[in-house]
This record gives sequence, C-alpha cells and structure tokens, in this order.
Amino acid sequence: MISIKRKSVGDFIGEIVIYLVLTILAIVMVVPFIYVIASSFATDTEIQTSPIFLIPKEPTVAAYKTVFGPTMKHTVVRSLVVSVLVTVFGTITNLFFTATMAYALSKSDLPGKKFFLNLVLFTMVFGGGMSPTFLLVKSLGLYDTYAALVLPGAISAYNMLIVRNFFMDLPRELNEAASIDGCSEIGIFVKIALPLSLPCLATFGLMYGVGHWNNYFGALLYLEDQAKYPFQLVLRNIVMQTAETTTSANQELPEDSLKMAVIVIGTVPILCVYPFLQKYFAAGVMVGAVKG
Amino acid sequence: MAKAEKPALTAQQKSERRAKTWQSIKKNKWMYLLLLPGFLYFVIFKIFPLWGLLIGFKAYYAGLDFFNSDWVGFQNFADFFVGSDFLRLLSNTLIISFMNLIFFFPLPIILALLLNEVKVQWYKKVLQTFVYVPHFVSWVVIASISFMMLKTPAVAGNDAYSGGAFYEIIKALTGKETDLLESPSSIYWVLLVQAIWKETGWGTVIFLAALAGVDVEQYEAAIVDGANRMQQLIYITIPAIAGTIVTMFVLRMGSVLDTGYEQIILMQNTLNQSKSETFDTYVYNYGRVGGDYGHTTAVGLFKSLVSLTCIQLANRAAKAIGQAGLF
Repeated sequence: MISIKRKSVGDFIGEIVIYLVLTILAIVMVVPFIYVIASSFATDTEIQTSPIFLIPKEPTVAAYKTVFGPTMKHTVVRSLVVSVLVTVFGTITNLFFTATMAYALSKSDLPGKKFFLNLVLFTMVFGGGMSPTFLLVKSLGLYDTYAALVLPGAISAYNMLIVRNFFMDLPRELNEAASIDGCSEIGIFVKIALPLSLPCLATFGLMYGVGHWNNYFGALLYLEDQAKYPFQLVLRNIVMQTAETTTSANQELPEDSLKMAVIVIGTVPILCVYPFLQKYFAAGVMVGAVKG
Repeated sequence: MAKAEKPALTAQQKSERRAKTWQSIKKNKWMYLLLLPGFLYFVIFKIFPLWGLLIGFKAYYAGLDFFNSDWVGFQNFADFFVGSDFLRLLSNTLIISFMNLIFFFPLPIILALLLNEVKVQWYKKVLQTFVYVPHFVSWVVIASISFMMLKTPAVAGNDAYSGGAFYEIIKALTGKETDLLESPSSIYWVLLVQAIWKETGWGTVIFLAALAGVDVEQYEAAIVDGANRMQQLIYITIPAIAGTIVTMFVLRMGSVLDTGYEQIILMQNTLNQSKSETFDTYVYNYGRVGGDYGHTTAVGLFKSLVSLTCIQLANRAAKAIGQAGLF
C-alpha cells in the first residue's frame, strides 16, 4: 500500500465537507424516529404546544398505559398477536417455497430447467394485475382468511433467483461425496445444501419477515372482518382518528402522545431485527441477481 | 448416399437422446418433487390470473356470475381512453414518476459516491446503519409520521397550539400556513420527500457493491500519476458504476407507470384525490372498492402492456449507447 500522505489542501477540505454532509444526512434520517419516540413519552400538552423536541420535559408512560389499558388492550393485543403469527407462518411458507424451488432449479442437468426459469422470468415482467388476482383469491375461497396474506406472495421471483445463484455456487464435490455415501437427493438438500446456505436463508427470512410485519395493502385487499386486522391496519385507524373522521361527537379522540406510542409499537420489532439484518446484508447477499 | 444416411443417424441419435433424457428425468425425480410447490405457486397465482384478463373484455361487476356476464369486446378499453379519467390518471402518474426520476434517482448514486469517500471503516458502518433504517419501516408508519409532522394546529388561529414539526418549520421559513396534507398539488412533494427519506439510503447498497469491486491498484496508479480526488472520481469511480446506473435506469423506465399502491393510498384523501389518483390507485379504488372488475382489469392490462414496451425500449436504448442492458 502506498502511503497517501501527499494530500493537497483541496482534498483535505473536500474530505471535511464530505464527513460533515454525511453526518448531517444520517442525523436527518433518524430524527423523525427520535421525535416520535420522545413524543410517545411526553404529555399531550407538550406535543400540542412545542413543535419539535427530542427529549420530553416530563417523561411519562401514560400513553403506553392507555394503549394497553382496558379500552384499547383488546384490539391492540389481538392485532399484535395476528401480526406475529402471520409473520412467523408467512416467513416459514416463503422460505419453504423459495428454497425448494431455488434448489431444484440450481441443478444444471435438470431436464426442462429452461422452461421453468422462463416461466418465472415471464411472471416478473407480465402479470394479470390486481383485479384478476383478487378474483382468483376470492374464488379459491381464501378471501377474508389469513392464507390470503401468505399464499399469493409465497415466492418473490427475485429472491428465489438470488437464492438459486447461491445454491449454484455450492461446491459440487460435496454432492458427489454425499451421494457416494448413500445420501438421497433430498437428503443432500436437507443435510448439506440448507445448512451451508444458512446465512443466505437467514437474510431472506428476515426480508420476508419484515415484509409480512409491514404489510398493509394485503390485509386491506383480502380481509373484510375488522376483528382479523393485523397491527398495521389498527395503527392506521388509530392515527387517522381526528375530529373530522369520527362519526359520533362524544367519542373520545386519541391523544397525540397515544398515536405516537402506537407508531413506536409498530416500529420496534423492525428495530429489534435490524442489527441481524445489517449483519447479513453487509455481506452483499442482496445484490447477486440484478444482473443475469 | 450421404443424404440418406444422415436422417437415419439423427433418428437413432434422437431416440438415444430421448432415452437419455428420460433416464435423466427419472434420476431427477426427487428434484421435480422439490420443484413442485414453487411450480404450482407460479401456475396458480401468476399464470391463472392471465386467463382472468378476459374479464377485461366483459361487463363484469362484483356480484355477477363470470360466465353469465356479457362480452363487450374492447368497450372497456374504449370507455377508458375516451372517458375523462384517462388523461388525468396519465398526467398524475407521469408527474409522480418523473419527479421521482429527476429528483430521487440521482440521490442514491451521489450518496454512494460520498460514502465511498469515507475511508474510516467504522464510521462508514455507522453512517450506513443510520441511512438504511427508514427502508425497513412500513409505509403505514411513514405515512403516520408524515401525518403527525404535517398536521395543522388542533385549534386553528390559536398561537398557544402548534402544528406538526414540519408545518411549523415551513411556517417559520415562509410565513405562510400551508396544509400540505390537504392542498391537492402538494401531494406530489409529500410523496417525493417520503420516497427520498425511505429509499435513498437503501438505494446505495447496489452502487456500493459495484464500487467495492473496483481494483484498489487503479487508484494507487492514479495517485502515483498525480491524479487528485476529483480526477479519480471522474476517471475511475464513475465509469466503474456506469453499468449499474444504466441497469437501474432501465428497470426504472420499465416501471414508469407503476406508482405502487400503499404509499399513495395511505396519503390519499378526498381533497387531494384529483391529483393523487394514478393508474394503480384507480384500479384499487374502482375495482376492489367499487367492484367494477371488467373496467379495472382493462386498465391493468393496458398498464402492463405499456410497461412491457417501456422496458424493451429502455433496454434497446441502453444497448445502443454501448451498455450491457438488462437482457
């Protein structure tokens, strides 16, 4: 390595500007979240009177007490349970469908492989659109069931192709050694390919999981019964309750701090898995299939 | 003679090959079993709806029986193009798309180039951690935060009450009380800023990956030759990511009519609907909510066909200027 000591003054100033701009940008990106968290612990008067603050003057957990209090607890807890279950079962389904198909298509000598690949690529550029898909889900009897939140998106073609690339890069010798030892094809998949691609599968598991937790539109399309709503829809309904939208005049409006608390609850699970996400996508797994 | 021999040989080869293929299929039977769930998924959820595109040629409303609804030929398409909605939707969609292309598209590239200049690795990691966060937060949360930050004071005209943080900043800067949530045209700027906030950081991932592939020796050689940072950027770094930029551009052009559903539907209200209704939200509002499936299927089909054409054209243009393109 050549020592890069010979920096001109211009380069030095440029460097300072770059660090400064990036630092400010990074702070701007997260300030709204800090504001929301701070407001969720503030009194409603403080939110109403001061436009922005990052530390509440009189911290209180009153908002959270109301969210999990007698009037709201039922809706909030039930929708959280729904979201957790849909996320867990949805992600398992995604990984099962994605990994099996990706592994089969990673075999270079599979007759008909080209046909299956073209089928997948075709669906990436052309589709029936929302109305036909909605009618299909309805005629399959999935309307207003949780399966409608999972099955129509069981595989992301893009993710499947990246996982396939990953399987293709596994050394062939392992397969040969295993089949000499009497391991069946499925045995090789379960006992060798899957464990070796754990980081890759973990990454996509997390991506799929985040997608399920965040999913709003799927539930809006396919769920009719409000009692089945996942948390994102409940969150939306609480935040949008204003004087103009409530029908009965004497219904008590949720306070701003309470709305903030609900937003925080909707975001916290994402922030919890975020460190794991970062650990994996830093490895560059996500970029594999953009070309080719 | 030679002519007569050749087909015979081919026939034999053919049968041999067929036998070989058959053997190979038998050998791979477990692989097909693994393939089956995914194959069924694509056939049921991606190919079956194509048959459903026929609905676009029918007068089919919610509650009707598909087989008893009338064939109307291209009536749904004709109604759509002649009707007053089409031009409005087209202009709204293109405004949102092109504002995105002009203001948002360059930002991840610039940010990636800036991040690439940060040589203190741990600090680069910290910066990346911060700028990636918004990508993983749901549109519902983003819309809710926007709502809380843009809302007007609870009691209008009373200085004791403040509006959302952003509302107050704009008020302080311009002296005007602007309701960005409800004045129709401002929806475009709200959508743009949301997209910039949510996706700029994550958008850098692909460019940073391309930048990581640049050989360090190129920079070392350039330094020896006396190139300063700016020259290194222009002659080494930017050419290194040009291919990726073109690929992303082709993808973006292919989806020029896709504005997505969630973001806009979450920010839409009756006051800004005239400006915020795009092809996507129209299909949702008139199809899923309104029940006019025939009409909205036709709209969706039109959109898919245009997208397909756009991506082909953009790809050809990319190849014409000497880039690899997408396919």
